[in-house]
Amino acid sequence: MTAIMTQHIIDVQDVSLAFGNVKALQNVSLTLAAGEITALVGDNGAGKSTLVRCISGIHKPQGGTISFEGSPVHFRNPEDAREKGIETVHQNLALVDDLTVWQNLFLNRELTRGVGPIRFLDRKAMKEAADRMVSTLAVNVPAVKSKVRRLSGGQRQAVSICRAAGFSSKLVIMDEPTAALGVQETAKVEELILKLRNDGHSVLLISHNFSQVMRLSDQVWVMRAGRCVAGRRTAETSGDEIVSLITGSREN
Amino acid sequence: MSSISHNPPAQARTTPPTANAPENPRPKTASRSGAWHEDLKRISFWADHAAIIGLILLVAVFTALNPVFLTVGNIQSILIAASILIVLTIGQAFVILSDGIDLSVASTMTLGVIAFGIAYAQGAGLMVSMISAVVASTLVGVLNGVLIAKGKITDFIVTLGSLSVASGLALVLSDGKPTSITSVELINFSTHGIVIFGFPFIVAALLAVLAHVVLFRTRFGTHLFATGGSKEAAQATGISTARIKIAVYTISGVLAGIAAILLIARVGASEPAANTTFLLNSVAAVVLGGVSLTGGRGSVFGPIVGALLLTVLTNGLTLMNVSQFYQPLAVGVVVILAALLSRFQK
Repeated sequence: MTAIMTQHIIDVQDVSLAFGNVKALQNVSLTLAAGEITALVGDNGAGKSTLVRCISGIHKPQGGTISFEGSPVHFRNPEDAREKGIETVHQNLALVDDLTVWQNLFLNRELTRGVGPIRFLDRKAMKEAADRMVSTLAVNVPAVKSKVRRLSGGQRQAVSICRAAGFSSKLVIMDEPTAALGVQETAKVEELILKLRNDGHSVLLISHNFSQVMRLSDQVWVMRAGRCVAGRRTAETSGDEIVSLITGSREN
Repeated sequence: MSSISHNPPAQARTTPPTANAPENPRPKTASRSGAWHEDLKRISFWADHAAIIGLILLVAVFTALNPVFLTVGNIQSILIAASILIVLTIGQAFVILSDGIDLSVASTMTLGVIAFGIAYAQGAGLMVSMISAVVASTLVGVLNGVLIAKGKITDFIVTLGSLSVASGLALVLSDGKPTSITSVELINFSTHGIVIFGFPFIVAALLAVLAHVVLFRTRFGTHLFATGGSKEAAQATGISTARIKIAVYTISGVLAGIAAILLIARVGASEPAANTTFLLNSVAAVVLGGVSLTGGRGSVFGPIVGALLLTVLTNGLTLMNVSQFYQPLAVGVVVILAALLSRFQK
């Protein structure tokens, strides 16, 4: 395995998690370098999503440690992880169709003004900030006052990613961000992911699309049957090698 | 109607082409000034404004049929008659916006009425009696909310149960007998007002403004819309949808308590009546007001216009000496028509 000399934002050591008899994760160890796009690949049921859920605070590992920026963390819920700067982009789940783009961007992080406990929404400030967030990040800019219901799939994903990236987050986790998108929209979301990295965010990308992994990522980790079986620098591997690692036709 | 559908040629020329900006909503100026007559041709416009259009239509029809209808005195009595329903409707709107339904709202009010009567009969002052009413109703609301949010039981079932529990309690506590409440203050309250607005209506209007501010100008309001629109999305952003649920049922309970006070002021007695019409009309008013029954979309003022419409309907039919038996029939037809029309909402 190639030694990685950059600073680690996430360091997963020997993490295990079982649901009853099902060993979802078995002694998984891997690292995410700061400022890089790290891809996590593997067949369905390999444990990718479970691992991601451990990192984002949804599941608690039963064994092993997860360190964030060098110190071990024990997230009790996603809110804990979010406070540390770990944001997750869910697959279409996390947007409210009947709210506007700016309301979604600021959902549960609304700006308010007022005196003491009597606080009112600072709608103007939120709209302006949303405008800035969307125009600096998104490639295909949706109008912040339009309802999410009226956006295309790509625009929705852009809003989700904007929200994840917008609040001084350090690590953005994306679970299949382009699974439901067309070719052009996928290209735009990919641009957006690269832009996130260029802006200094670390990205953890789960994807079934190998050419996408090869295009975007700096590092690839391969999972199979609940274990992390291999890690490669993207520049030093090939799609064929990754596929053979996933299927197990090639060991490490 | 024919004059509306004509398209003035000058307007057509000055309207800017909107095809250049397909991703962005139309410029404000175009939808504000130039295209209002275009709006009239779309069925979604009629669907979005069903309540207000229906209200204007009814007022026009009743005015044409009976000159008494549009007199100051009658308007005054419509507004007073509507105020109890408006207060209940605001609570129902909060609940339905959060993707719930409060079937217990009228029985909760009845329990508040009985709590008032008991306190008053014991010699407690007006203030203490009023507080008793609000506390009793609020307790039912809190219980509804906790059972739904923490017990994870469907809204419909919980409030169907508490409908029965609250009206049963009201009967037990009052022994099925009315208590007359002779309070000069309450009589003055229900018979006086400012200009044509009676005090009960002023109370309802103030509550409506407060409700509007809470819904559209506070974090709680946004979280309520998010909870009703998509519970999963709300939870994914860390919103406690359970807290929102408990809050909306509590609000509905508090408002039922206030409605109980208005009802006692109006009737002059504390009666363990079923008040079923209030329940049906509160749901009907919310639906008429364009609130989505699956939550997440709507306003406060829409349902209030809906409540006014239902009151005008009853008032107009009474003025025209139509038998009372026809009133539920008319309400039912109006509600079903509104629901049909709401299918065409944007």
